[in-house]
Formats: sequence, C-alpha cells, structure tokens
Amino acid sequence: MASPLLEMRGIDKRYPGVDALKQVDLTLEAGEVLALMGENGAGKSTLMKILGGAHRPDDGEIRIAGKTVNIASPQQARSLGIAMIYQEFNLVPGLSAAENVFLGQEILKHSVIQHVAQRERTTILLRELGMDFDPDTPCQRLTIAQQQSVEIARALCLEARILVLDEPSAVLTTREVERLFAIIKQCRKRGLGMIYIGHRLDEIFQVADRVMVLRDGAHAGCFAIDQCTREGLIECMVGRPLDQEFPKREPRPGAVRLKATGLSRGTVVQGVSLKARGGEILALAGLMGAGRTELARLLFGADRRDAGTIELDGQPLSLNSPAEAIASGIGLLTEDRKLQGLILQHSSRDNFGLPNLDQYLRKGMLSGQAEQASFETYVQAMRVKLTGPQQPAGHLSGGNQQKLVMAKWLARHCEVLIFDEPTRGIDVGAKYEIYQLMHTLADEGKVILMISSELPEVLGIADRILVMHEGRLTGEITHPAESSQQAIMELAVA
Amino acid sequence: MPRLNSQLIRVLSEYGMVLMLLLLGLFFSLMTLTEQQPTGEVGGQQVASAILAQHSPEASIWVVTRDLPSDQAFAKTLTRSLEAAGYDRIHPVVGLPRNARAALVQWQDQGAKIDAIAGTEVTSSWLVFADLETSFPEVGSPRIHRPTPYRWPNFLKRDNLLNITNQIAVIAIIAIGMTTVIISGGIDLSVGSLIAFSAVLACLLIREVGGALDATAIGMTLACLGALWASAAIGGITGGLITFFGVPPFIVTLGMMLMASGAAYLLSGGESVYQVPDRFVWLGRGTTLGGFPNAVLLMILLYFLAHFMMGRTRWGRYLYAVGGNAEAARLSGVPVKRIQLSAYVLSGALAGLGGVIMASQLKSGAPTYGQMYELYVIAAVVVGGTSLSGGEGKILGTLIGAFIIAVIQNGMNLMNIEPYTQKVILGLVILLAVLLDKLKQRGLGRH
Repeated sequence: MASPLLEMRGIDKRYPGVDALKQVDLTLEAGEVLALMGENGAGKSTLMKILGGAHRPDDGEIRIAGKTVNIASPQQARSLGIAMIYQEFNLVPGLSAAENVFLGQEILKHSVIQHVAQRERTTILLRELGMDFDPDTPCQRLTIAQQQSVEIARALCLEARILVLDEPSAVLTTREVERLFAIIKQCRKRGLGMIYIGHRLDEIFQVADRVMVLRDGAHAGCFAIDQCTREGLIECMVGRPLDQEFPKREPRPGAVRLKATGLSRGTVVQGVSLKARGGEILALAGLMGAGRTELARLLFGADRRDAGTIELDGQPLSLNSPAEAIASGIGLLTEDRKLQGLILQHSSRDNFGLPNLDQYLRKGMLSGQAEQASFETYVQAMRVKLTGPQQPAGHLSGGNQQKLVMAKWLARHCEVLIFDEPTRGIDVGAKYEIYQLMHTLADEGKVILMISSELPEVLGIADRILVMHEGRLTGEITHPAESSQQAIMELAVA
Repeated sequence: MPRLNSQLIRVLSEYGMVLMLLLLGLFFSLMTLTEQQPTGEVGGQQVASAILAQHSPEASIWVVTRDLPSDQAFAKTLTRSLEAAGYDRIHPVVGLPRNARAALVQWQDQGAKIDAIAGTEVTSSWLVFADLETSFPEVGSPRIHRPTPYRWPNFLKRDNLLNITNQIAVIAIIAIGMTTVIISGGIDLSVGSLIAFSAVLACLLIREVGGALDATAIGMTLACLGALWASAAIGGITGGLITFFGVPPFIVTLGMMLMASGAAYLLSGGESVYQVPDRFVWLGRGTTLGGFPNAVLLMILLYFLAHFMMGRTRWGRYLYAVGGNAEAARLSGVPVKRIQLSAYVLSGALAGLGGVIMASQLKSGAPTYGQMYELYVIAAVVVGGTSLSGGEGKILGTLIGAFIIAVIQNGMNLMNIEPYTQKVILGLVILLAVLLDKLKQRGLGRH
C-alpha cells in the first residue's frame, strides 16, 4: 500500500503555560479534502503553522509521501510542495494577476522576465480553475474571489501537492463560495491533498471527504463525511451535547427608539429609512456589497451622510463623528476586528478602556484602579480568556478578541448596539454566548441591529429582518420563524 | 533555557536603556579616572584635621593662599576650624610667592618661629618653601601641610555632570514634543529650524519692541512668549495640513523646516541679533535651586508634566491609540484629528521654547542655531525606545535617550576624541539602540 501524501505523527507543541498541541496525528491522502475543525484556540492554526514552517514542533514527525521531512521555514515548506492560503491574501496590490502568480518564480530568459509566457500560463491556470479574467488586471481591481483564485493559481504554479485553505469562504459571498468549491473540485482532480479549515458546517458537508476535529490541542475525532451528522460534529467540537444552535427567546418589542429617514451616501446607500424598537433584534441581510456595513457606518457617524435624519427616542442626532454617536449612546462592533475594532499591539485593558475613559476620570485624572475594576467585571462577565490585563489584544484568539470588543462596548452602556458580522470566524461555543448576550441586551430594552451574511443565523436570531440590495432596502421579513433562506435570497438579489 | 531567555529579554526591554546609560557612565568614569586635588572647603577641612592631629594649639601656623575664590574658601574653612579648636597663632599669607618671601624675611628679622605651613596644592609647593632650612634657618623647620590628592573620574565631577544636563536641556525639552508626535504616528522635521526661528524672533522682539539693552524682565518675558506662540502657531499649521488635507507628515514638516529656516534668515538679515540685556541669560545660564541651571529645572518640570499627561489623562491615552490604529481609535470615539493636531502644536511650542533657551544661553539669536537638531531629537526619542511606527513609547525613555546621547558626546570630549570620530560613534550607538529594540520586539513577539 502506498504511503499517504502527508502524515503528521505525535505532534507536540508547548508554549509557556499552555500545551497547544498534544500528540496530534493527521493523515492526508492525495486527491482528498480534509476538513479541520475545532473551536478557536483548539490548535488548528498552530498545527497548520507547524506544517507551513512558521513554528517548530517540540516533538513529533512529519512525513511527505513516506519520507520524513524537517520543515524549518516557510520557504522550505513551499519547496516541499506545501502551499498555505490565508484569509488575508499575500498579493501585491499593484502588480497584475500574472505577475503575482509568478512572483518569486518568474519565467526568465537571460535575466529578463518573459511577460508573454507568464500571461499565457496564468490564463491557462485560471481557466483550469474555472475563472476567466484578464491576467493583466492589477490585483487591487480584482474581486475577493478572483484574488483567491490568483492565490490558488500561484500554488498550482509552484506545483504544490498540499494546499491548506484557512477559512477561505469567510470573505466570500454565497455565489463566490460555490465557485470556490468548484475550484477545490478541480484541484482534487489534479491529485492535490487539501486541508480545509472552516466553521460553517453546511460548507464542510459540501466540500470535505473527511473531517478531523481538534479540541483543546488534542485529537477529538476523525470521521468520513458520510458517516457523521451536524449534531455529532458540534458535540465533538464542544465536548458536550449542544441542545441547539440558537438560544430560545420570547421577543417583547417595545416602542420605536431608533428612527432613520432617507439616509443616503453616494451610490452605496440610497434613501434608506428604518425604524427599530427597543427590545428588538433587527437583522440587516443582503449580499456582500449591498450597503449594509455602509448603512451601519452612517448610523454610527463613521462616514458623512449626504442626506437623511437620525432620531433616537425622538431626539434628532447630528452624528458627525463616532465620538458624537458614542456620546448619544450608539455603539458599533465592526466586522473587521483586527483593523477597526482593536489596536492589536496594545494591551487588552487599554483596548477595553478606550471608549470608556470618561468613566474612570477622578478630578480630571485617569484612575487606574477604576479602570482595572471595570475591566475585571466585564471581562469576567464576557468570559474572555486572557493571561492578564497587559496581554496584547493581538495575542488573543479570534473568539476572545470579539468578546473583548463586546466587553468594551458593554461597559459603555449603549442604548443602540450595531453588531456587524459578530460571529464571523468564531467557533460554535462562543457563537452561542454571543447570541445569548444579544438576547439579554434586547430584553433590557436596548436596540440591537445585526448585520450577518449567515442566513441560518439571521433566521435564528432576529425578530425582524430587513433586506438590502445595491444600497436600497428591498424588503422586510416580519416573522423570521415562518420564513426561509430562499425568501431572503429572493429579496437580496431583487 | 527559553524561559530564562524570555526573562532576560523582558528585563532588557524594561530597563535596557537605563542599563545602557549606567554602563556608558561607568565606562567614561573609568576612562577619565585622574588624580584630583581637593580644593576649597574640602581641602581646608582635610588640612585642618591633619594639623589638629599633629600640632598643639600653641603652635604658630601659616596659612598660605593665592588671591583666588577657591583658595580663599580653603583658607576660610581651615582658619575657622583651627580657631574653633583654640589655635590662636594663625598667620594668613595671601598673594604670590614674593609676598611669602617678604613675610619670611620679616619673621626671620623678628626672630619668630613657624611650626607649620598650610597651603593648597599650588602654594605648598612654591620654591620658597622648598629650601627654608638654608635660606631662613631662623624661622625653624616648619612642617608643610597640603591636601592629599585622590583619584576621581573627571566625568563624575559635579561641574561636568551639571554641564551635561545643561547641554542636553534644549534637545530634551524638544524631544518631549517629538515623542508625542511620533507616538501619534507622525514625525516632525521642522523642530531644528524652529529653534533658529524662535531664537531670532525672541531677540528681535527684545531689540525692536522691548527696548534692546534696556529691556525689562516683563518685556523679555513677553518677547519670549511671543516667539513661543509663533512657533506653536507654525506647529498648528503643520498639524492642520497633515490632519485635514492628509499630506504625509514627512513632507509637510520638511517644507516647514525649509520655510522656518528661511524665515529666520530673512528676519535677522542673516546676522546674529545680540542687542539684548545681560539679564537675558537668566533662563539659560542662571541658577536658582541648589546650583541647578534654570533650563535644567525647567526641563525636569516639563518631563514630570509630560509623564503625568501621557499616563494619567485621556489625552495621553488617546495619543497612543491614534498612533496604534487611527481607524480603530476613531471608531472608539477618539477625536483623532484633534489629537494629532495637538501633538504638532505641542512639538512646535516646545521647539520654540528650545529656541528661546538657546538664545538665552548664547545671549543672542542667530539663524544658524539648531542645525541638525531635529536629527538629534529624533535620535533621542528612538534611542529612548519609542517606535517610529507609532503607538508605543515612554516619555521617560526619551529623557534617558537624550542623556545617552549627551553622555556619549561629553565622554568623548573628555577623552579628547576628535569630532569626526565622535560623529561616527554616535551614529553607531543610535543604530545599536534601534537594533536592540528590534531584537527585543522579535523576542516578545515569539514569547
């Protein structure tokens, strides 16, 4: 019997105070898609970083096609045929697709780059992947899906045998995800072994051949896809049976508190009017680029609006800056935590305190004690896992970063909270906690606005759904429980 | 082993710069260790105790000194302590060797005896005392007392240490503003030229408006405040261009650097403005508390204030947030533009203050002041551990950075290293400091 394409045996990795990986085994066959699942902090990224040469294991063995290898650097991993595709692409925005595909491995003739040959080869590669666009387009003008295909073409061009895809679908729209899966099928035909990291169960069932689950740094289970169920997978990840994905709640909407009329900004938001009640979770659904985030930014004063008025509890608000919005009791949890929600190199406590400093002033001076006390209260309430208040926010896992962002806004006691993709890239257990928190806030009579691209989540959590398409509101679903994903999609593409 | 390593890295990152300063101090102390002669009060005390131990109160004692302040302090201390112990036959001799010879001739003629001669390092070795027994046998054979020499580094002498602080005051004060600008994510290249601009403007205002050589204290203060205000206004324009028009700080401040320098030359007609009263040097050279120059006291005060502002006010925290991630800060309610603008205004104002201090130290204002100072100031900030990419840094680190630079310059001067070599070494030290900082960050990143 031929040896598998990739074998990782007994991988151990210890950090001071944490066993990140404990005796983890992983096998990958050629032409197979292995889904790697687990909660945030379960060790998925660490395992993949070891495979990619970014980290060294403390113990264990890696074999490729039966041969023991020593992966000491990302360069070495690449030369062994291991390609990593992260959520954040490693493309040079100003260079063309072809130039990016061949970056570092240019086709040379007498030290001169052969642009024509590169272009032709790129076109062929892209066509094999089912993509058809001009390889001379600068990457900054490509859509996210196209950029992703450039990354994959680059891996193919390197003659990669093992492809690691780290949450590739998180940044894609539904249609783009379908195309990505088609690309993955193409790669499978070419005999590549692929490791697919993802949180969306539906996608795992569509794309994977086998699923491997990690929990707390240890191997928790490995199943052929046709032998496992949704519930079984969630249980395996969380380590206990989970009653349901969404917590139950009896909505009790009160009076209209937030009222926006005729909000417009260029072509991205056009004449949007909405009313949100206290105690109501109002979801904004739509395709990527429908203007949901842009609408949220107008409601938060982050962008200047061309027209429109905003009222909270009958009081008109000018909202010319986020500072004004915060002062009026509006908070926005941005979709991009790393770039907009947190200052990654600063400590968790500094991040937590930033919008709340006025609460810690004693005679005009900041009181470290008051800040620390407030920090401890909310971090405990949100169950943020950290080594201490000084731990840089960038060192937290994705779920804990999101919880930290929530803690900081909870301490602000906002009357209106806008959650933009609050569960993106977050594991099942933490998602549940975030849903519960939204319920609690709504029950306190606050206005909760949620933007989400995950339709099951929108249907499961919201009391009312507004659908946007190309900057306009195209529909409203007042009883999500009786509605369906199809109903939302029909409004979203209308 | 890796744990020990990370501990070491932590300690180095927290206290690395202090350690470097201490090591530099130690190094220059060893290199400038020389024989020192106690003078003044210390010398007098030392000689007095020797005489008390070796002579009875009836002894006749000469105290030989030159007509110099330090020699007179020596004589005064010595005489006072001897008199306090009951010695009443003390004879002062003041002046040159020929005065001593005349006194000896006189005593020989009267047949008086001398039991001891006390002098400073210089007077006690006058030739006239070397051959007493042959030239003046009648006065007896007095014992000669002088202070015992000791070894002490020139670097650590009080005057030298004060000199270092005085030298660094201008750079250190401007570095406060630069630290805030760099932490907020910018850079200010115009501070060197603002020194010249402010120095010229202050002196011009005194000459033209304040009454030149007859200017009053109030007039001079107003002139200095005027220069300071003008520099702050220039900082405000710089900050406005950066925040409201989005021009990169490097470009804006480069332009301002040229404009401020040119303005200084235009205002002064390319010449030094020196028509200021003598009292104008009060700020730069005068002393008040314990012999500390006023400029140094001002520097210490400003560092206290800045340290407090950075750590205990909202403004300070916002400054770090803006430099760390301006968009995240804005979405957390931080008035990003106002904070950035305030950093440039502060930087301009402090550069103006630096110019006023320099004018006071040199008692004139010239457009050539402050050349290259922006680079020394930036070097002090960076050596002090502030990251040029913004969001990180400590104000006291900057003070240490400024001192490291001053100590290196001063130490090399004491060691008689020529200026060209000094430049090379200073550049190396700056690179080394930044390299250490990078290594530290990498170490922390891998934790």
